[in-house]
Amino acid sequence: MWLPSYATPSERLMRTLVVALAVAVLLFLIAPLFIIVPLSFSKDPFFTLPVQEYSLRWYEDFFGNPRWMTAIANSAIAAVLTTILATTLGTLAALGISRADFPARRLVMALLISPMIVPIVIVAVGSYLFFGQFGLTNTRTGLVLAHTALATPFVVITVTATLSTYDTNLTRAALSLGASPSSTFFRVTLPNIMPGVVSGAIFAFATSFDEVVVALFMTAAEQRTLPVQMFSGIRDQINPTIMAAATLLLALSIMLFATLSLLTRRRVR
Amino acid sequence: MSAVDIDRINVFMAVRKAERPARRAAFSLALPLIAFLVVAFVAPILYLLVTAFGNPETREVLPRTLVALENWDGTSTPEEPVYAALAADLKIAKDNSTAALLGKRLNYEISGMRSRVLSAARMADKLETGPYKEKFIGLHQDWASPDVWSVIKRNGASFTPYYLLTALDLQQAPDGSLERTAGDQAIFLDVLGRTLFVAGLVTLFTLLLGYPVAYVLTIAPKAVAGIMMLMVLLPLWTSLLVRTTAWVVLLQSDGIINDLLMALHLTSEKIQLIFTRIGTVTAMTHIQLPFTILPIYSVMRSIPTTQLRAARSLGAGPSSAFWRVYAPQTLPGVVAGCLMTFILSLGYYITPALVGGPRDQMVSNFISVYINRDLNWGLAAGLGVVLLGVTLAIYLLFLRLVGADKIKLG
Repeated sequence: MWLPSYATPSERLMRTLVVALAVAVLLFLIAPLFIIVPLSFSKDPFFTLPVQEYSLRWYEDFFGNPRWMTAIANSAIAAVLTTILATTLGTLAALGISRADFPARRLVMALLISPMIVPIVIVAVGSYLFFGQFGLTNTRTGLVLAHTALATPFVVITVTATLSTYDTNLTRAALSLGASPSSTFFRVTLPNIMPGVVSGAIFAFATSFDEVVVALFMTAAEQRTLPVQMFSGIRDQINPTIMAAATLLLALSIMLFATLSLLTRRRVR
Repeated sequence: MSAVDIDRINVFMAVRKAERPARRAAFSLALPLIAFLVVAFVAPILYLLVTAFGNPETREVLPRTLVALENWDGTSTPEEPVYAALAADLKIAKDNSTAALLGKRLNYEISGMRSRVLSAARMADKLETGPYKEKFIGLHQDWASPDVWSVIKRNGASFTPYYLLTALDLQQAPDGSLERTAGDQAIFLDVLGRTLFVAGLVTLFTLLLGYPVAYVLTIAPKAVAGIMMLMVLLPLWTSLLVRTTAWVVLLQSDGIINDLLMALHLTSEKIQLIFTRIGTVTAMTHIQLPFTILPIYSVMRSIPTTQLRAARSLGAGPSSAFWRVYAPQTLPGVVAGCLMTFILSLGYYITPALVGGPRDQMVSNFISVYINRDLNWGLAAGLGVVLLGVTLAIYLLFLRLVGADKIKLG
């Protein structure tokens, strides 16, 4: 169905051009991501293609360097804590906001989404100055608090979207059959909205794990996260070890994305 | 009011009252997140706003001087009691090492005040008895200037518009009237304009490149559309830093794009791409494209394809069928996608910092510099207020035209 049968020649040409442009744009979207993969396996420290000789030396460098390893551990801990906090708070809020009788929904929704909108530097500088009053800058607690605020909109959006297809009669049925509110939630509602909750959790994890700017302001050397380590590296002198780190991050994104796609496909069925 | 009306109102009130527990229950579920955001998100931003207007230095360091200045006429050189109070204040400031804070603050408004305050504090520390007036004036004639004293008096207020005005290239004359900041000091409107310009350019490019993609997504066979969708969503999922890193590598002078251009004989010598405006806009367009494509696609998908056919069968040519039937219906998606991309582009920090040159740094980058390098938190916060104001204005437009509940993720 690329072309209708009544198309004029000029229309056919136009359509071909549009499709060609779309394909070019899609290549523009995807190619830069995968260019870093071969470069990270190159033996030479140059960023040119084709790669002359392959080696794992930059990966050895990466995994053998305690700085990178500490950074990975810091990122993982912060991201897991952020995921737990953001998913709990976001799911509860989505459950409330999806009810028909939620007051001032538009206003509350505008507030809950705003962490996505406010420029990240403002969040970072505000957190740096404000949390500094309580000695929370350069601590993991401060970083997790700020990251949780940034991650909650994603949970609210995904869980609200799932709840819009959830049949509230199920909740009513469970309650009328004598289930307590909490067992209704854990045994009826939660299993039904699980794909949305897990999607939200994945988004929350990725938000924290990839976040640079807030982490730049809120961490000292001890809490330095992987993106901060990469950012400083690119700023000073970009080297192929950063390509290895970027390739690993890309692999992680693909894994998270694949998990999410499987979840949403099941939801559609 | 008739009895029926009153009955109606009573019923309405009764229903509202009966619904109240349900409303409260619904709200209490959202309350933990609302409370959390107020503490961990809204409070830091409000604190930033307070920092932009806060003015503690003069009040804390010169309390006696400010009291003595209350009766000053504002146009002549103050009398001896003011200088005696200044000497007493500066003596304490010298002991508490707070003179530097005051000097730094006054130096923002009158250049050279830092060293004048510090040397005056050193002198005051050694002075035992008056008269003080001629000693201060003897140290530097600025201490006789009514302009200097009006700036000191003005900064006795708890709040100051100074930082916000500076962020807008405005300043207060000693008499309180507003004037443009002169020449090379006036850089911030240029930075704001550049930020808006780059965000607008990125929005335009994502629309021009994204619209055809969204359209082809709706007409492609299902399997092809699935793969295309994957190619739109995967970049969105990839860390912003990874995408920026990719562009840093691609744009190097000895990098892949230059190699490609030379291989295609489009250029005979290497072009400077990294640390340029072109590089910055290209990388930002790449990063923002999915944000523009997705809302347009979701609107296009709901337009029946039969409409175009109907328009054609009724005699419209291909282009008028497109422009008069199809394009107007995609407008909600275009507005949603473009506003989202524009809002997000305003706040870019990482990409200009790594891909852009000194002339491509946006408001965010200047905020960071004033926090980290110049330690001028007030000015950083003032710039933050301007950036936040512009962003929130466009967010309000977005809420009005599109709505917060229309934001979808893939």
